[in-house]
Amino acid sequence: MVALRLIPCLDVARGRVVKGVNFVGLRDAGDPVELACRYSRAGADELVFLDIAASHEGRGTLVDMVRRTAESVTIPFTVGGGISTVEGITELLRAGADKVSLNSSAVRRPELVREGGDQFGCQCIVVAIDARRRDAGGWDVYVKGGRENTGLDVLEWAQRVAGLGAGEILLTSMDGDGTQAGYDLALTRAVADAVPIPVIASGGAGCMDHIAEALDVGPEGGHASAALLASLLHDGVLTVEQIKQDLLSRGLTIRP
Amino acid sequence: MSLNLGLIDYGMGNLHSVEKCLKRLGQGCSLIQHVDDLEGIDALILPGVGAFDPAMTNLRATGLVPHLLRWGQEDRPLLGICLGLQLLFEQSDEGNDPGLGLLAGRVERLPSKSGERIPHMGWAQLKHHGNCPLLSSKAPSEWVYFVHSYAAVPTDPNDLKASAPFGDQKVTAVVWRGRVGACQFHPEKSSDAGEQMLKRWLIWLRNGADPFP
Repeated sequence: MVALRLIPCLDVARGRVVKGVNFVGLRDAGDPVELACRYSRAGADELVFLDIAASHEGRGTLVDMVRRTAESVTIPFTVGGGISTVEGITELLRAGADKVSLNSSAVRRPELVREGGDQFGCQCIVVAIDARRRDAGGWDVYVKGGRENTGLDVLEWAQRVAGLGAGEILLTSMDGDGTQAGYDLALTRAVADAVPIPVIASGGAGCMDHIAEALDVGPEGGHASAALLASLLHDGVLTVEQIKQDLLSRGLTIRP
Repeated sequence: MSLNLGLIDYGMGNLHSVEKCLKRLGQGCSLIQHVDDLEGIDALILPGVGAFDPAMTNLRATGLVPHLLRWGQEDRPLLGICLGLQLLFEQSDEGNDPGLGLLAGRVERLPSKSGERIPHMGWAQLKHHGNCPLLSSKAPSEWVYFVHSYAAVPTDPNDLKASAPFGDQKVTAVVWRGRVGACQFHPEKSSDAGEQMLKRWLIWLRNGADPFP
């Protein structure tokens, strides 16, 4: 089978990493390039940068950060946050990003997914979906950092963007995010089974078992192709090396 | 010996990453946008991400196609990367336009029956089938980064120098004939393993670029 991926996610604002990263011997915990290189050397398979400020004024800083990252980092990386036009996609890909992640803007104008894919190839268009569990069952798509319910059904939206040519889906459980109680496996599995493209599981990882469960292909597993990791790595709870060793010992296919 | 490398710039894909990777290896390169830019160039890189037909359209618009065909027929050094590999073949399932046809064979959609998700996105371990400037028998099973939905099927099995597993099948990873070759994965995004491959290619070029069978 195709190797599973571990993807550290760095939240950035104004070209700096926000939320502390606890690495021994780190000169500048806020420098995205230094952190990206650390994770790359540690064996991370890809990286994601999310611009959480995503302000219009901060755009130039973000593009500059992407350019500096591309100069030093030798693994693929995705940039997301506040990208709403083909020009915005072009600017970041030209600066050296391998993929861009679209979220609210894709909901607002789904054709952006197709336009981006047509111009640059579907492999570089990631659609990020923030999902929250509905009381009546199922999941709603949220935008604006989880503040606004679009009323869209997550499974229908996932299938729609796959049809529009998205290369993969970055699926975040808003219920799980930050809880360290485990990925929402039912959500991850439902989306992964509904689309033919890869799904990256995000939100809720608190220990090794959670990651293994999200990637598991069994009836109870998450069926995800990749796991996005943030605080678990940044806080030094687990390292990329430890996670990979563990997944290998469980017989999963992953780059050592 | 100084080496003049040309990176074909036809508006398809991440020139920046390839350029930066070469720079880390101490090798500069010129962007080739027009036939005049080919003057004094020793070896070419044809990068590319995106779809087949738009790529051929853009490439034709540069006016470079007849010169690339002559370049290939004269067996001068050329390295295709990702979509750049696919363009070297005659035809693709992805589009209607003919490819450059410097290598015999066609590009086919990845098998959906493989049970794997498409695009094929992520790291895979190579299996060598022959020798070429990118590969070394001392590193027989490197992990490299793939992202593609189509893969080339060379007519002459001898052109296939490495493959990667995809479900229960294998997909073309490296092709080579003479001095013209290509890889489906992204060496510039494949960490140390990929950088080593480009380094081997540069060393081979500097050592006179003896054609591979």
